[in-house]
Amino acid sequence: MKHTLKIVLALAVVFATSAFTSVGTGYDIGDIATDFELENIDGKMVSMKDFKDAKGFIVVFTCNTCPYAVAYEDRVEALNKKYADKGYPVIAIMPNNTDVKPGDSMENMKARAKAKGFTFPYLMDKGQKIYPQYGATKTPHVYVLEKTKKGPQVKYIGAIDDNYQDASAVTKTYVEDAVDALLEGKEVPEQKTRAIGCSIKV
Amino acid sequence: MKYVVLIVTIVLFSFGNETHRVSLSEENTLELTGDSLKIFDFNQLQNYLSSKDVNKTYVVNFWATWCAPCVKELPYFEQLNANYLNKDVEVILVSLDFPKQIDKKLKPFLQKNKLKSEVIVLNDVDSNTWIPKVNENWSGAIPATIIYNKSKKKFYERSFNYNELETELKQFIK
Repeated sequence: MKHTLKIVLALAVVFATSAFTSVGTGYDIGDIATDFELENIDGKMVSMKDFKDAKGFIVVFTCNTCPYAVAYEDRVEALNKKYADKGYPVIAIMPNNTDVKPGDSMENMKARAKAKGFTFPYLMDKGQKIYPQYGATKTPHVYVLEKTKKGPQVKYIGAIDDNYQDASAVTKTYVEDAVDALLEGKEVPEQKTRAIGCSIKV
Repeated sequence: MKYVVLIVTIVLFSFGNETHRVSLSEENTLELTGDSLKIFDFNQLQNYLSSKDVNKTYVVNFWATWCAPCVKELPYFEQLNANYLNKDVEVILVSLDFPKQIDKKLKPFLQKNKLKSEVIVLNDVDSNTWIPKVNENWSGAIPATIIYNKSKKKFYERSFNYNELETELKQFIK
C-alpha cells in the first residue's frame, strides 16, 4: 500500500511538472521580454540593447531544417529589408538542440545565411535558455516587441502571414500589420495568431 | 540495460515482420488507397474530429513526413491501431505534408511503410482559423494528437512512445 502511494505521488509529480512545462509558460501580450546575449553567425554576441536607435524588434524563432521555416525565409528577409530602417529590425534566433538537429548547427546556419543573403542577425540559442522564456514552441514563431521605458514589450505573437504555401496568395500580413500599427502609434489589430510549425527540438 | 535494448529490438522486429506478412496480401488495396488519398480542407476534416460512430474511440494524430518526431512515433500509432482493431478503436493519421510533396514524398512514404491506419491529408493554409478549432491550447507545433469518443475528448501537443499512448487510450475504453 505504501508502495502504491509512493508511485501515485511520483506520477502526480511527473504529471504536474509535465503539465507545467507544456502549457501556460512564456510571454503573453503586454509582457516585458527579456534581453539576451547570443552568438551571431559572424561570431559576435548580439543583444537587443545593442540596437540603440531601434523602436522595437521582430524576433523570429526559426531554423534551417523545418520546411515551414524554409518556406518563410525569403519573407523574413523581406521583413528586415522593409522594417530595419524604420526602426524594427529582424532578429532571428535558432532554438533547436543541434545534437538532435545537426542541420541547424552554427556552421549550417552560416551556410544558409550566406546562401540566402540574410541581412539580419541569425543567433544561436545556445543552451536553449531563451526560447522557453519567450514561450516559443515551434519554428517559425514570431514575437514583435516595442521598446518602452519598462523594456521591450510584447505586442504580437504568432505567424508571419496566413499562407505558408504561397507568398503571392497571402491575404493577411499579420507581422507587417502589427509593425505598421506600432509605427503609427496604433493598437496592433490582431495580437495573436497561430500557424503550423515544427516543434522545437530539445 | 543491454537486455532491455535487446528485448525492445526483438519486439520491434517481430512486430515489423508481422505487419509485413499481413500486408503482402493487401498490397493492391494499399496502392489503391495511396492513389485515392483523401485531401481535405478543414471543413471536410471536421467530420473526423467528432464522433462518426458513437461506440468508437478515435485517435487522431497530426504529422508530416518531414517532421522527425512525428515519423518516430508513427509505429506506435500503427501498433495501437493493430492491437485495438477489434476493440472499437480507430487511428486516423492527418498528414500536413505540403501539396507539392504528396506525390514526391508522402505517397512513397506510405507505400514503403505500409501504413494500415487511415491517412488523410489536410490542405488548408488558413491555420490561424482552424488550429483553435482543433484545440484552443494548440500552438500549432506537431506532432499533436487528439483522442476522443462520445463522452470525452483530450488533446496532446507532445510526442508519445507506445506505453504512454496506450495508457492514454485506456482512459477512454473500459
